[in-house]
Amino acid sequence: MSEAPTRIDFRSNVQHVQPQMPAAVQKATMKFLGTRASVVGILGDDHWQALRQAGHDLRLHAINHLDYYLAQLEEQVTKAGGHVHWARDAEEAKRIVLDIAQSHNVKRAVKVKSMATEEIGLNHALIDAGIQTLETDLGEFIVQLAGVGPSHIIVPAVHLTKEGIADLFREKLGIDAPTDPVQLAAIARAKLRQEFLAADMGLSGANFIVAETGTLAIVTNEGNGRMCTTLPPLHVAVVGIDKVVPDWESLNVLLKLLPRSATGQKLSAYTSFITGTRRTNDENGPTEFHLVLLDNGRTRILQDEVTRETLLCIRCGVCLNVCPVYNNVGGHAYGWAYSGPIGAILSPQLLGVEAAGDLPFASSLCGACAEYCPVKIPIPEILIRLRRRVVEGDRVEDPSASPVLRVAAEVGGRTLGLPWLYEFGSQLLKWVQAPWRSGGWLPNLPPPLDRWTMTRPLPAFGADFREWWRNRTPEGRRRNLERKIGLGVLAGGLIALAAWLLTSGKAQRLTRKRSR
Amino acid sequence: MTVKVQLFVTCLGENFFSNVLKDMVTVLERLGAQCELPEGQTCCGQPFYNSGFQSQTIEPARNWLRVFGRTEGYIVAPSGSCADFARRRYPELFPPGTREHALAVDTATRTFEFSEFLTRVLKVTDVGARFPHRVTYHASCHILRELGLRDEPKQLLQHVEGLELIPLPEEEICCGFGGIFSVVYPEVSHDMMQAKVRNIESIGAQVVVVGEPGCLMNIAGGLAKVGSPVRAMHLIQVLAAGGAR
Repeated sequence: MSEAPTRIDFRSNVQHVQPQMPAAVQKATMKFLGTRASVVGILGDDHWQALRQAGHDLRLHAINHLDYYLAQLEEQVTKAGGHVHWARDAEEAKRIVLDIAQSHNVKRAVKVKSMATEEIGLNHALIDAGIQTLETDLGEFIVQLAGVGPSHIIVPAVHLTKEGIADLFREKLGIDAPTDPVQLAAIARAKLRQEFLAADMGLSGANFIVAETGTLAIVTNEGNGRMCTTLPPLHVAVVGIDKVVPDWESLNVLLKLLPRSATGQKLSAYTSFITGTRRTNDENGPTEFHLVLLDNGRTRILQDEVTRETLLCIRCGVCLNVCPVYNNVGGHAYGWAYSGPIGAILSPQLLGVEAAGDLPFASSLCGACAEYCPVKIPIPEILIRLRRRVVEGDRVEDPSASPVLRVAAEVGGRTLGLPWLYEFGSQLLKWVQAPWRSGGWLPNLPPPLDRWTMTRPLPAFGADFREWWRNRTPEGRRRNLERKIGLGVLAGGLIALAAWLLTSGKAQRLTRKRSR
Repeated sequence: MTVKVQLFVTCLGENFFSNVLKDMVTVLERLGAQCELPEGQTCCGQPFYNSGFQSQTIEPARNWLRVFGRTEGYIVAPSGSCADFARRRYPELFPPGTREHALAVDTATRTFEFSEFLTRVLKVTDVGARFPHRVTYHASCHILRELGLRDEPKQLLQHVEGLELIPLPEEEICCGFGGIFSVVYPEVSHDMMQAKVRNIESIGAQVVVVGEPGCLMNIAGGLAKVGSPVRAMHLIQVLAAGGAR
């Protein structure tokens, strides 16, 4: 994932899903949901719901007061011996990191898993500049070998089977790898150990940054986060401005919500808190620390009060795990770093609807994501809001959908505002459908209705409830008769008109005129 | 005092499931409600709204409020998604102070989905039906998550004489309908629907019960496509079965 995509074609992407992929994905997501259910169950639903509400409220508070907390953060990071850089966009962020690396003559960098650096395509920029940059999270290490982006926010290689990973190791590392996950991890671990020790620069993101002390909180399960941020002499962190939280009390809530939602753990194996550089009497830790605060479209997201809540996300990935769409298509179908429901709302806002306007429609609006989201992001609401941005446009962006669609919707909307036309249409459809009808079904309809029938037949149109209802009373029976006469006259009139047009040759002349 | 019920038939209900509507009248009348069919109803506009066409939702919404706003009593739909749409979105669609807003706020308090109306308003769980079959229940997303009806539809089924309720694996996972979603991304909708059909077929049920016309179209169609012996029915049809005991 190097450059931000200019056009994500979700339908084409889902048509290229590898057949064995959904099973691999579902195996992992089911496992995470199972462990999540048990650790959430221990807390009890009331406690969990209270935590979610607290998480939502404090994240929203932070997002609504970014100006205050970011200023406080900068002051605290500086006080702790770090340097703060502000990056307006991906290019600026990459330039800043590259400048730091080059001014320190960095040759080898080791990296902690980070969505922000995936978003800006940092690895490619560094590698292009001749700096060896290695992902050290096992999953990221694997997808980096495969030359693709992560397919899940917290399990980047979830789309691969252990056989697939063994093949990859054989091909890329020249190691005769077994298909045993423990042995595969051992191979990666042995390779990574040397790299940690040899690296000149450690790169990370952060799960949270605490404004009151300027502390990065990094949650991992492999300990690689700690290695990357303590062994090399230089630590550079690239973090979205949305990651700031006011204080350690906030972490108290968020660190309960995050691991439980993500992996079903009460606490991840490693939770690292990093404040500034090595103190004079510390034995380890970097001598220099840089924090690159990334906007890259986030302040634009703030403009819309509904979609703003997208920024509450703590990247736990539970919305992916519960999403039936994600579970069937995998992460790569979403065309960029972020996938699943959060990708469907975040990518169109960061990239714009021209590039990612397909994604808000990649949901059945089933609402499972919102039910599970630990910070209560109203994802279906935001999806609908963004669909509106795509088709109608709003004050943030112009629409990207074809105006033809809007005209069709306008006609449809007006028809439904006219009861007589609607009722006439309902009756007409019962006749019009005859050529396609087979028993109670319409198995194969012409385009664009084949979008439905390619998957399953449509029930035959059969509106007769009103007639049945009216027949229950004498007054209603009279009205039914009137309606039938009315319909008959209308239909007869239409037939007579058609006949007249045909016999007088007017229709032929009309069509000829058209074709000229 | 007799309970008055305005039938909100919904466009999918009217065009595809006339029998469900007739059964709805049967069950409601059996419970002593007096049904009325307000003339002039079309579609609530949800397909437009959920596709992003908010402006084009105004006309159908205005028509709905014109039709139902002048009625009295409860407004009951054989659909959770339409009932939820009318009561949650209409007050948002029209600014406070307008006539439509006032009507929307009023109708919102008296609009219900069918199983919700029975269990929460009439406080009935036994409607006196008899349906001696092995039945499973699919939880439709909007009934489950928007209206919060997790147990109510199943309580109604459990009180049907002779009915054996078999739990459906992955009961709460979407069937892949999703309105516009099913035609924008038919391949994904297909995979979700197939997973649902596989689960339904895995448990030896004779009938799968659904409370939502959209899901019913999808699941019934999916079962028909593979020639499954399992029949898909609306909850209302099961509750109307067997006549009064």
